[in-house]
Amino acid sequence: MNEPRGVRHPFWQAVLLLIGSYLLFKFGISVLPPLIGIESAPVPASVVLQFMATALVGVLLYVSADETRWKQFKEPIHSVAVDADKKVLRTSMLIALPLLVGFLTYRQVSASVGAPPSLRSVHPAPPNRITFRGESMQLAGLENPLRTTGEMSEHLAAGSTVYVRNCMPCHGDRLDGDGHFAQGFNPVPADFTSNGTIAQLTESYVFWRIAKGGPGLPKEGTPWNSAMPAWEDILEENEIWAVILYMYDQTGWSPRTWEEEHEAAEGGDH
Amino acid sequence: MSESLRHRRAFWGVGLVLVAFGLLALVGAGELLAQDASQIRRYGDFPVIGARGAIWITAQVHLMFAAFVLGVPMFAIVVEAIAIFGGDKRYDKLAKEFTRLLLIAYSATAIWGAMLTFALSSLYPVFWSYLTTIFGPSMWLYAALFIVESFTLYLYYYGWDRWSEGKAKYGHWGLGILLNVWGTIVMFIANGWLTYMMSPPAEVAADTAPDQVQLWSAIFNATWMPINIHRILANVVFGGAIVGMYAAYRFLAAKTDEERAHYDWMGYIGNFIAIGALIVLPFAGYYLGREIYEFNQQMGITMMGGFMSWLWIIQAFLIGVLFLAGNYYLWIGMGRIPGAERFTPYVKYMLVVLVAGVIVWATPHTIIASRDEIAAMGGTHHPFLGALGVMSAKNTAVNLMILTTFLSFMLYRRANKIPVVNWARSGTIAQGAALAIAAVVVTFYGVYGYFVTAIVRIGFSVYQVLAVLAAMLLVVVLDVMMLRGAKSRGEIRWGQMPPRSQYALFVLAVTFTWLMGLMGFARSGIRQHWHVYEVIRDTSAQAATPALGPAATMISVCVLIFLSLVAIIFWLGGLAEKPAHKDPADLVTAVSRGGEV
Repeated sequence: MNEPRGVRHPFWQAVLLLIGSYLLFKFGISVLPPLIGIESAPVPASVVLQFMATALVGVLLYVSADETRWKQFKEPIHSVAVDADKKVLRTSMLIALPLLVGFLTYRQVSASVGAPPSLRSVHPAPPNRITFRGESMQLAGLENPLRTTGEMSEHLAAGSTVYVRNCMPCHGDRLDGDGHFAQGFNPVPADFTSNGTIAQLTESYVFWRIAKGGPGLPKEGTPWNSAMPAWEDILEENEIWAVILYMYDQTGWSPRTWEEEHEAAEGGDH
Repeated sequence: MSESLRHRRAFWGVGLVLVAFGLLALVGAGELLAQDASQIRRYGDFPVIGARGAIWITAQVHLMFAAFVLGVPMFAIVVEAIAIFGGDKRYDKLAKEFTRLLLIAYSATAIWGAMLTFALSSLYPVFWSYLTTIFGPSMWLYAALFIVESFTLYLYYYGWDRWSEGKAKYGHWGLGILLNVWGTIVMFIANGWLTYMMSPPAEVAADTAPDQVQLWSAIFNATWMPINIHRILANVVFGGAIVGMYAAYRFLAAKTDEERAHYDWMGYIGNFIAIGALIVLPFAGYYLGREIYEFNQQMGITMMGGFMSWLWIIQAFLIGVLFLAGNYYLWIGMGRIPGAERFTPYVKYMLVVLVAGVIVWATPHTIIASRDEIAAMGGTHHPFLGALGVMSAKNTAVNLMILTTFLSFMLYRRANKIPVVNWARSGTIAQGAALAIAAVVVTFYGVYGYFVTAIVRIGFSVYQVLAVLAAMLLVVVLDVMMLRGAKSRGEIRWGQMPPRSQYALFVLAVTFTWLMGLMGFARSGIRQHWHVYEVIRDTSAQAATPALGPAATMISVCVLIFLSLVAIIFWLGGLAEKPAHKDPADLVTAVSRGGEV
């Protein structure tokens, strides 16, 4: 049987695949999409680690799914481990590998000045009912009343005024979470242009978040990191509804609708 | 002082004393009554792990054994039916071997069930009293059915050899069906209790007395049927995985080629059933999740987007492991099938789809990142990877993984066969086209989902699922017709599997067990600090919902306890079975006939 050499050898194929995967995850994801006009950013270390673990499993499955390939893959490892003529390489690796592991461990556990990463849930669960300025308000099934009353252009103009006066300093004039004060907060203010924020939510949810702000976040999943004020102390109910209309109008997103929840309410919600 | 005055004074004096005593008595009685009320023991304590830990472990281990004893009979009767209607005695032996494991597992289920009942009544006496007031009659029915089920199991196992021929064999098979019927009803009843805690009917409020709650209304609550369906399928998956693990253990410990051949074949069947049921399990899970969301939006968001959301990332990883391990086992298995070598070049492409699928499925929406990394991303959402964190991407990934796994099965099945029908070529092209069209439909709706509203997007997942199911159905029907009377390229060389393939079966079983514990916590934990959601509040010291770290530790402890006990059961199964292998001739004859399901 002809022994495959170079890049045709399963061992080196595996090594190259892992190096290629790392380069793709670490640099490719941040560099390649902008080349075709898609926004991207550096990938956090936790995600690179997660992707690399998956790639490593995939590579190991590939080399071991076929008996011949598996034998060829193990051969260089076996050779370094036992062959007499590989003594120098073996000794070097026995020294280098523990040092590498030690170095990585040191980097992992050594103190740094940065704040530790935090696990934060993005969608705090809303209550079914809230109290707004002393009035009880049912959130489930609640629609934005300004969509069916008055002139939309007037509501949007009012919403624009509310936004510029109160929201823009943090959430930015482009509603992308990059206002003047944005970098002073951790986490930074929500980016409404992202498909992961208001695009996923009902207007009643957004109303609840604006009205109650950081202090009104639910107890589960604490500690929350939110500097958002409770705007019910400052804004009228219609001002909040107007600014919500403005946010959806400016970003082009449509709010999540209540169609199914209405059906559920008839069935078994309480 | 006149006598009348003295009498009057004495009267008032005595009167005052009596009134004072009366007042004192009233105050004292009030105190005593108050003491009695405060002395009602609402919660007990358990050493070291606390009451909550004790309930958690007993309930979880009981559930794992219950899944085992409900799942194994389901395919015991399927395997027995193959033996009866296909005439292959190997399957009959296999079904009996499954059932032998069942006998011991049944005792373990009952023991842990009793422990759970004692723990509930002693550690949560008031809440237990509440539950028994509502569900009392169903608990009696449960106990009665349990007795009937036990007796049916004993008849089914011990009557195996006596009722092995002719009409008696059909009667025996009927016993197996009855065993499943009793087991399923028992599970449905218990599901009624636990789903009531999660989604009580609308008319039950905090001030509703338990004796005013209608029994049927309490059982037939919003999540009862979704849980029933999900658990039936999950039990089949779990039973298949546990049997696969047993076969792997016996394969690795085998002394003869005959034993290896037998347990290799058994492992294949276990894996086939587990992965086959796993393919449809996500659809049942989706139905359950949707019902939870519709029952209560807050509960749904807590589960999917709130503090439980990271459980779904862990779940995606674990299910990814299941898909990879199941496919890996099949790919290695192709090494023992003559003719399979023509399909091995495709393995790497299927692997790429699966690995990419796992990466997409497990990409979190909100990323763990340091302050600097968040600043570089411009928020907690990555501008590019954030697109993979939403359901459009994840549904697409999982559907493509399901299609790929299905293709692995089809290639495995086709490996040693040469179709003889004259439309074989066009049939194969039609099969390929069906899978390709399904993949295109899945991808199209996955991409289109980014451009529509959430409500429309949710509907797209139904189209994706239907495309996948329709393609699988069409391919199977064509395959069955095409391979009728097919020539063989050679028999499968059962037993000629490298040991590492068997570890894939271990990985499957351990991962399934872990997943059960993990998602059981997700389902139960979304009630948060409520015994019965928004009706009966948990006022004990341990009411807080555990964070993911402690929860993961508890789940792992439960998995370890369960698997340790299963190891003992396997060992006992081996002890009981020893004489059966005195005559390897049976196995040689059986194995030499080859075959698969």
